[in-house]
Amino acid sequence: MRIVNHPILTFPKRDMVTFTLNGQTIEGIAGEPIAAALHAADVKVLRHSHGRHRPRGLFCAIGNCSSCLMTVDKIPNVRVCTEPLRAGMVVETQEGKGKIV
Amino acid sequence: MITTEILVIGAGPAGLMAAIHAAEAGAKVLLVERADRLGGQLIKQTHKFFGSKAEFAGERGMDIAEKLINQSSDISGITIWKNAVVLGIYPDGVVTISYEGAFCTARPKKIIIATGASEKTMAFPNNDLPGIYGAGAVQTLMNVHGVIPAKRILMIGAGNIGVIVAYQLLQAGVKVAGIVEAAPQVGGYRVHAAKLQRHGVPIYTSHSIQSAHGDSCLEGVTISKLDEQWQPIDGSEQYIAVDGLCLAVGLSPLTELLWQAGCEMKFAAELGGYVPLRDANMKTSHENIYVAGDVSGVEEASAAMVEGKLAGLYVASVLGHKKDSFTKEFQTAKSQLSALRSGPASVKICTGLSKVVLEEVG
Repeated sequence: MRIVNHPILTFPKRDMVTFTLNGQTIEGIAGEPIAAALHAADVKVLRHSHGRHRPRGLFCAIGNCSSCLMTVDKIPNVRVCTEPLRAGMVVETQEGKGKIV
Repeated sequence: MITTEILVIGAGPAGLMAAIHAAEAGAKVLLVERADRLGGQLIKQTHKFFGSKAEFAGERGMDIAEKLINQSSDISGITIWKNAVVLGIYPDGVVTISYEGAFCTARPKKIIIATGASEKTMAFPNNDLPGIYGAGAVQTLMNVHGVIPAKRILMIGAGNIGVIVAYQLLQAGVKVAGIVEAAPQVGGYRVHAAKLQRHGVPIYTSHSIQSAHGDSCLEGVTISKLDEQWQPIDGSEQYIAVDGLCLAVGLSPLTELLWQAGCEMKFAAELGGYVPLRDANMKTSHENIYVAGDVSGVEEASAAMVEGKLAGLYVASVLGHKKDSFTKEFQTAKSQLSALRSGPASVKICTGLSKVVLEEVG
């Protein structure tokens, strides 16, 4: 969900773009981190761990912890907390270490 | 190969102040920042700062960030690189940097490392479930990107960050199920804790988290009461249904570059973990490497700014850029830092500092 009313902050309306998550179309704001767009769409599971396939989500949101690695445009291990969203991106929930072609 | 007099790594409160004060003294500065914007974590601080006027007391962190960013952009002596990650510092003085995806090398005369800190996590069953965040992550999502992280959140830790972020959650329209604090009392500023209590947010002192529950995402948390030895009391468990858990349990300095460059490091739990030994001018055991801000020990942003100023002024002076007002400004900054560290809340910081700050040299 996005914040609508806030006592201190204003979030001006910005242009929405579409991208896909596992083939499903989602809207987000161009330039915001992919993880922010996914959270706004209530998507929290970003990958599954390589050992026990446990669901993993966002933890630090500033590029420190590597909890949020996803496959973006076929590139695995992208930190979606800092990677800016662009129209038409193909985002996939990452399984394990991802496939390095 | 880029040549510069001073390389400042990190453009948060410490790095910005270091760059500004070094450049104002006449030094050429290259300021590199890994993110796509300057300001570090100040940009998500919507609350007003404490301290004195010299450290921007009464102003919101995000407004201080804007001031410092504008100031740094206006000084011609500072070259700013965003999306620039420092990869390594080599014995011959060469620094490698990934800048906008390209591999670059720089050879600065002096380096000020101001890389900040990262959030700690806690050990409990299912602590990796999606929906469990660092408190800073929640601030970033809400205050920078305008996105609500969950509908109902439990906060772990009633230090400054815990109480401040809990209040910011309320401001964003998120329900706060409570704050859990292992200590018998709230550690954060009273004024923030009082605001939360007025909003009916329960504060569970002498309590700790036992486990998180959920299938693919967090659905609830079990907390229990602690005895005087901080051990969980059997039978005191209670389940709280939440879809978000926020951990405000401290930070640890981001010291990778210091280790890699061979700076002498020491463990000081009071400062968040391993920190570099340094003198009172922020110089490490490495002749050309200085530090400022949380990387040298986790404190408030106000202290980081003053440390940045000290390091910037001092390093510039070492390179021959000494303003007429140097001695006065330098001493004023040192007194500011002492004043910031004089309160009862700073006893822990001072204990930590006594372990890692060497006798002043020169």
